[in-house]
Amino acid sequence: MNPSEERLRNLLILGLAGDEPTYHAFLRELSAHLRAFLRKRLARLPDEVEDLVQESLLAVHNQRHTYNTGQPLTAWVHAIAKYKLIDLLRRRAKLDQFTDPLDDEIDFLSSADNEAADARRDLTRLLEQLPDRQRLPIIHMKLEGLSVAEAARVTGMSESAVKVGVHRGLKALAAKIRGDT
Amino acid sequence: MRTDDLVAMLATGAGAVEPNAGARRFAVAIGWGALGATLLMGILLGVRGDLAMAVRLPMFWVKVAYVACLAAASLLAALRLSQPGLRLSWVSSALVAPVLAMWLLAASELMRADPTQRTQLFFGETWASCPLLVAALSAPVFVAVLWAMKGLAPTRLRLAGSAAGFVSGAIGALVYCLHCPEMGAPFLGFWYLIGMLVPTAVGALLGPRLLRW
Repeated sequence: MNPSEERLRNLLILGLAGDEPTYHAFLRELSAHLRAFLRKRLARLPDEVEDLVQESLLAVHNQRHTYNTGQPLTAWVHAIAKYKLIDLLRRRAKLDQFTDPLDDEIDFLSSADNEAADARRDLTRLLEQLPDRQRLPIIHMKLEGLSVAEAARVTGMSESAVKVGVHRGLKALAAKIRGDT
Repeated sequence: MRTDDLVAMLATGAGAVEPNAGARRFAVAIGWGALGATLLMGILLGVRGDLAMAVRLPMFWVKVAYVACLAAASLLAALRLSQPGLRLSWVSSALVAPVLAMWLLAASELMRADPTQRTQLFFGETWASCPLLVAALSAPVFVAVLWAMKGLAPTRLRLAGSAAGFVSGAIGALVYCLHCPEMGAPFLGFWYLIGMLVPTAVGALLGPRLLRW
């Protein structure tokens, strides 16, 4: 088995159990693998790579509850990255230009690319478009690092409204990226 | 926003995630959906008058088992299709097996029957309404299962939508068993299946549009 599979899988399992620094390490390492995977498949659209890395990371985070701990991590991440890649290609409606085979999850974790280019789409700008009940909890909890209780005090919202706001806000962000809103 | 900043943002305050989200969400959906279908059946159609007698006939239980096996297999298929990277593998065979078994039984019933009785065995008394009623009873589960999938992450949207439709059709048919007087295997193997395939087709049509994430 690929050593990265074992390592990343353990990081994610600890992360899902609530270990935040480990979850951070998981996402950081995963972004390098996602970048290598997507750069190879978007050779003709190099400007889209970093945007799609970010979109895939957001998808992995928003859908992390669908990972089964008994399942190979590679299969799960690959399915998400491939789904987001195809979604992008459909959006661009230029599928016929792309001839690289997509079914190559075997070597997904064997390459990594740590050189992040700049994303063209600015998520901060999209974040600003969210309604206050979602934007404020994200800013206080996710960007400033306040606890739920602190964020609730600062915003005057209830603690459950803060949690729901973060959850729905990140999903709304993904929808904005897709152009659904 | 740089990717490192996004990673830091996502990780901050991420908290723990409850395991088995898929199974729990589906349990809720099936529970409410089946309740809705049962209420709908009770209000619109009512339980068949001779149910107490019917439950003593083996064919009643063959019918229930046929539909229940299809419901279980399609439920598993829908659950697996809602989570990235899970393959259907043997579940597809489990979906086909009950249908094949019913067709074998139907063939033997038709062969043993008097030639003048065969049309009656196939059409029964209610062939015109049965598929429509099964499809109508599938509606509550259909909506509930789509809700469950929406909160998960199906990656093959048309297939996932079809599976959602088939589960709802099978559970609709299971509830319909309490009302339906038909007991012939040829009838069950054809008209019941048509009833279940109607929501399946609707799911295949709506899946790509409704299930995107």
